[in-house]
Amino acid sequence: MPATRIMPTEEGQELIDLTREICDKELRPKAGDVEAAAAAAGDAFPTEAFRTLGQAGLLSLPYPEEFGGGGQPYEVYLQVVEEIASAWMSVAVGTSVHSLTAYPVAEYGTDAQRAALMPGMLSGEQLGAYCLSEQQAGSDIASMTTRAAKDGNDWVINGRKAWISHAGHADYYTCFVRTSNDGGRGLSCLHVPAGTEGLSFAQPERKMGLHGDTVGEVIFENVRVPGENLLGSEGQGINIALAALDSGRLGIAAASTGLAQAALDLAAAYATQRHQFGRPIGDNQGLAFMVADMEAAVTSARATYLHAARLKDAGRPFSKQAAVAKLVASDAAMKVTTDAVQVLGGAGYTQDFPAERYFRDAKITQIFEGTNQIQRLVISRHVLGDART
Amino acid sequence: MNIVVCVKHVPDAQSERTFNDSDNTTDREGVDGLLSELDEYAVEEALKLVEASEGEVTVLTVGPAGAADALKKALQMGAHKAVHVTDDAIHGSDAPATSLLLAKAIEKIGTPDVVITGMASTDGTMGVVPAMLAERLNLPMVTYASQLTIDGSAVTARRDGDTASETIEATLPALVSVTDQINEPRYPSFKGIMAAKKKPVETWGLGDLGVDAGQVGLGAAWTKVDSFAKRPPREKGEIVTDEGDGGTKLAEFLASRKFI
Repeated sequence: MPATRIMPTEEGQELIDLTREICDKELRPKAGDVEAAAAAAGDAFPTEAFRTLGQAGLLSLPYPEEFGGGGQPYEVYLQVVEEIASAWMSVAVGTSVHSLTAYPVAEYGTDAQRAALMPGMLSGEQLGAYCLSEQQAGSDIASMTTRAAKDGNDWVINGRKAWISHAGHADYYTCFVRTSNDGGRGLSCLHVPAGTEGLSFAQPERKMGLHGDTVGEVIFENVRVPGENLLGSEGQGINIALAALDSGRLGIAAASTGLAQAALDLAAAYATQRHQFGRPIGDNQGLAFMVADMEAAVTSARATYLHAARLKDAGRPFSKQAAVAKLVASDAAMKVTTDAVQVLGGAGYTQDFPAERYFRDAKITQIFEGTNQIQRLVISRHVLGDART
Repeated sequence: MNIVVCVKHVPDAQSERTFNDSDNTTDREGVDGLLSELDEYAVEEALKLVEASEGEVTVLTVGPAGAADALKKALQMGAHKAVHVTDDAIHGSDAPATSLLLAKAIEKIGTPDVVITGMASTDGTMGVVPAMLAERLNLPMVTYASQLTIDGSAVTARRDGDTASETIEATLPALVSVTDQINEPRYPSFKGIMAAKKKPVETWGLGDLGVDAGQVGLGAAWTKVDSFAKRPPREKGEIVTDEGDGGTKLAEFLASRKFI
């Protein structure tokens, strides 16, 4: 069943209708096959899906119309991401990542940078990659070692970024690099177009799931970009990264909710169709109550991300609520997809049904965009910090 | 080049479609409606033709208030303006009456270079309105086009049959109905959705078209539905237990259904 939604505007509802149509016709029917092909080949990419979404204007929703964006509030944008996730998780994650890559330009770029870069980023023709993590700098991003050195007016980048979605497939790379030895205050953000000399990619990671989301190392060997590619000021990198992550977490929360909804829908349908002992298995209270708990988990996940989104849209602080949403929604995705496999029984463990794919795709939501342990750190610092004042 | 595309708002084929108990006409209230999927190909083809040259695409529909949704979808896809013919007296109109209303509306719009329609509606599925409309407008008729080119003053179309494909040519202005093989209809874009809100939609009643209420509606229909019954639910399949003669039994079953 499609989720019940109250959209803040008529155009928001029309966006949801458009998204559902594209999901039903273009994404849901292809997701299983492309994911399986990507798993087998190690590197296949849903280029077609992103092109369709881009042409429909769904890759640029939360950015200003003057640069080609949709001018939509997060409350609407995130529900679109949720709908996409209910059809194809990898593509929803890609949509969220792409939005994240435009954030430093939109929020910290100069007018000239915005005018030069944003129309391309928001055109639907380009896809971005967000280069923050390194092998030894995951949760502890201040320990990153990829370095950009000033050479005349240029920046010259050397190092390796890890776990980068869209590596090798993106049209540009929004990169966080060390520009001084001043710990967290020594980081800066650079825009690096694909095809820049010295930029290369390792073999993509072989992952448990989310195969359509190609992830791999991005290697910088004397990658030279002009000085005007610096986004924000020198040393502002960690602020930009953390601010972007607040918004990115909401994208992951919305995607997790959509994934959980898909698993719930599958389980509910199966529970009414599968008969044992002469009746649908859903007639057994033990199973019916599992379905009820799944519904409660999905609904509460949606409520937490929408609450955070509305705070963001109102210009209020939302960092704590974004962390809560990411924690609640990703845990819901893990629980609901696990239970969906259980409701389907042996069938759920086979690749004849998407339950096992949902289950595999869910695990990463508890890890990326800040592990759920980091979310607890963020939440507790907010709560205890507030209590101290 | 100016094109008029005739479209229909139909009950969603994915939902439970039925008839009204009171007069046996199609139930358009109890189910979600949408732009007939076969008409999306007509809209797409018109947009491609206009994008390749210049001109405007006008979408035209006959139907109750809800039919405006079909026009809205076509405008969101990129059509320039829309005309909605609606009047309580139209309820229950058959194909001849529908073609009369469409013809009068097209004459009022001003006969375009090309009139494009889908090959049939997905609800009535009769597929006769294009021919009736061409007759009423006195236009050359090219039906079931699976490929279309327009060159100067002529339209060339391919019609795919079971055994052969025909290529036929007609002079403009002409009426063309297109199949679902002709193109891949675009999705509206979010910008298209926003732009559609500002596009002109005219609403015309019978008076605007000079059509008398007695010429249309259920009363004027040449045929009427006497009764309807839901298709019975599918029966359980027959299970053949293989006792050494499974193959023979299977062949007998297929033979009894004239498959072999």
